[in-house]
Amino acid sequence: MSEPIVKISGLNKWYGEFHVLRDVDLAVQKGERIVICGPSGSGKSTLIRCINALEEFQEGEIVVDGIELGPNLKHVDAVRREVGMVFQSFNLFPHLTVLDNCTLAPIWVRNIPKKDAEVTAMKFLERVKIPHQANKFPGQMSGGQQQRVAIARALTMNPKVMLFDEPTSALDPEMVKEVLDTMVDLAEEGMTMLVVTHEMGFAREVANRVVFMDAGQIIEANTPNEFFAAPQHARTKLFLSQILR
Amino acid sequence: MSDVISSSFVRQDLLAERPAPVKTTGFIGLMRTRLFNSPTNILLTIVGALLLWFTIVPSVKFLLVDAVWSGKDRTACLAENAGFAVGACWPYIQAKLPQLIYGFYPEAERWRVNLTLLLAVVLLLPLLIPRLPAKSLNAGLFFVAFPVVAFFLLHGGGIKGFGLSWTAGLLQLFDESIVGAGQALITSGRTSAVGPLLWALGSLIVLLGTLIHWLIFPLTWLRDYLQGTGQPVWADFAVTAAIVCLIAFALGGGVRTGGRALASSIATFIGIAIVIRLMDLDHGGLPIVTTNLWGGLLVTLVVSVTGIVTSLPIGIALALGRRSTIPLIRIFSIAFIEFWRGVPLITVLFFATYMLPLFLPGNFTVDGLVRALIGIALFTGAYQAENVRGGLAAIPRGQSEAAAALGLSWWKTTSLIVLPQGLRHVIPNLVNSFISLFKDTSLVSIVALFDLLGSLRASFADPKWSTPSTAFTGFAFAGIIYFLFCFGMSRYSLFVEHRLNAHRRN
Repeated sequence: MSEPIVKISGLNKWYGEFHVLRDVDLAVQKGERIVICGPSGSGKSTLIRCINALEEFQEGEIVVDGIELGPNLKHVDAVRREVGMVFQSFNLFPHLTVLDNCTLAPIWVRNIPKKDAEVTAMKFLERVKIPHQANKFPGQMSGGQQQRVAIARALTMNPKVMLFDEPTSALDPEMVKEVLDTMVDLAEEGMTMLVVTHEMGFAREVANRVVFMDAGQIIEANTPNEFFAAPQHARTKLFLSQILR
Repeated sequence: MSDVISSSFVRQDLLAERPAPVKTTGFIGLMRTRLFNSPTNILLTIVGALLLWFTIVPSVKFLLVDAVWSGKDRTACLAENAGFAVGACWPYIQAKLPQLIYGFYPEAERWRVNLTLLLAVVLLLPLLIPRLPAKSLNAGLFFVAFPVVAFFLLHGGGIKGFGLSWTAGLLQLFDESIVGAGQALITSGRTSAVGPLLWALGSLIVLLGTLIHWLIFPLTWLRDYLQGTGQPVWADFAVTAAIVCLIAFALGGGVRTGGRALASSIATFIGIAIVIRLMDLDHGGLPIVTTNLWGGLLVTLVVSVTGIVTSLPIGIALALGRRSTIPLIRIFSIAFIEFWRGVPLITVLFFATYMLPLFLPGNFTVDGLVRALIGIALFTGAYQAENVRGGLAAIPRGQSEAAAALGLSWWKTTSLIVLPQGLRHVIPNLVNSFISLFKDTSLVSIVALFDLLGSLRASFADPKWSTPSTAFTGFAFAGIIYFLFCFGMSRYSLFVEHRLNAHRRN
């Protein structure tokens, strides 16, 4: 087995006195799709936010593509250039057009000339199937469209890993599918993905591994078939019985 | 009802258009639907009409109908000569207009004020109209080049050196103050109980000062050499231009990409050279007009424009400082804001004018107008800081998180994502402070600066124009001037708000 692209070892995090992440170990191979699920407050969002240093942590180590990220958060910028992120609430920049949203980081972080950045951005907007909306403002689009723009925006930086923090939780039921379809396309192209979601259909279809978290720890990790057919831990069984009816 | 109700229906004849039974458009419609549609509204309409009647009619009567429009002195504006109860005495304004605009600025030099105002308008108007191109060049000219040119135009005087001499002079001043502080410590060490300690510390500081003296020696030597040449300004200019162009070239990326930076810095220096040549700055420049001769609208505009242009950056810096995670910066910002907000502007001006000179070292003086300018800039800056902070607080955390996740640094996140959105939220508040600053400039008359209002009040003392309506005419005129500027700012801010908030309209 080759060196994992994301390697989390002995990760511990406290919010004040509250122990949010407890001894988390996780290794993600290149091209692997991991779905992280669990009850709310189980630390799954916090875990993936640690990977691109949006949250600091007190103990442990994260290595992304050979770049070390310790508790002192050195190399933050280098790691963030490798990792793209999609948020639950889209977080598009409302004062910029869709196209400007997608060219901002390439221009200001990678110093790419504006013309080239726009060509690249249009390529990714076509991939998420909204090139004709490039000159609209985010506020003029539906939630599903906004989330697809957010995916395109993250892709313009050519990340090696994509993090999804409940990407469909803020969407109307009708729009969930268009976003999930985009994510499936992305997975088929071989992107390494860590997805926090409650969409168990997506997990079954796309994931290589499903990780179940509770109380800040990984309770169970397995292939989707094994995970859904034969959960081992009592807590996993309870969780699945709650969400799968 | 024995008829069978049929569920199918086909229209035989199309109906013709009819006028509405109750008219809701036009003046009649407005009266019916807005002005007289309920007892409360009828009452309000009547009260409103009465208010208009009692304010507009007397104003028009005073300003236009009963006004005297021509005359040589006060006799034209007296009721017994005019034959009616005289309203506004406009010939008085006409006679005093130069004083109201220029104050005591010497008559022969007033073209300089006109030229400065013209330059300001020529540079500002294209900046305010979004459609026109070359905004960054225009902004650079207005915010950097114009203040310097305006200073030499309005104040006059020339320069004896250039960048190199100034740098050397500043460093020397800094060094001398270090040595001075060290020597003061040594002196006080002779009498104090902890004498040896103070002496050691003082000696150390003096040693440091001497070290710096030798470090900057090449620079001061070069300056003295350049001053010895026949053309000190131009020699210094050439050296400074060469150094700055080289630095720009190197920072711009050297041979590969530095060409652009090199070209723009060379162009800048050519522009500076032209200005120096045109205004004869190397030969003493224009005759000096000291600021105590400035007055009228000139002072009002200088104070308010400087205040507006400097207070916003100060406010933004303080607002960011107040949100900083670094305790020292945060505490400094909070203390600064709270101090300036807690003190009345009059106190600030009074302190800057009369008490600051007592604290400053003997040979160190700052011009009275400059002191007032600094006081007003810091005062307004503290208010703007709180306005800006309100805007920053309205930006959700997700915005800076998304920017951080894309790899943008704190500075880039702040300047590209947070500030542009935050400032848009608070345009009305910012302009509110600008308008109030514009009107507060009239307070400088308390520290012996004659702004528009101060010059006006000074002109009341002229017995040649002393009539019962002089003061009313003067205040009405000043009121109209203030209103025009403030109303202009207000309308322009609405325009900007509407334009920048395009993304919020669905």
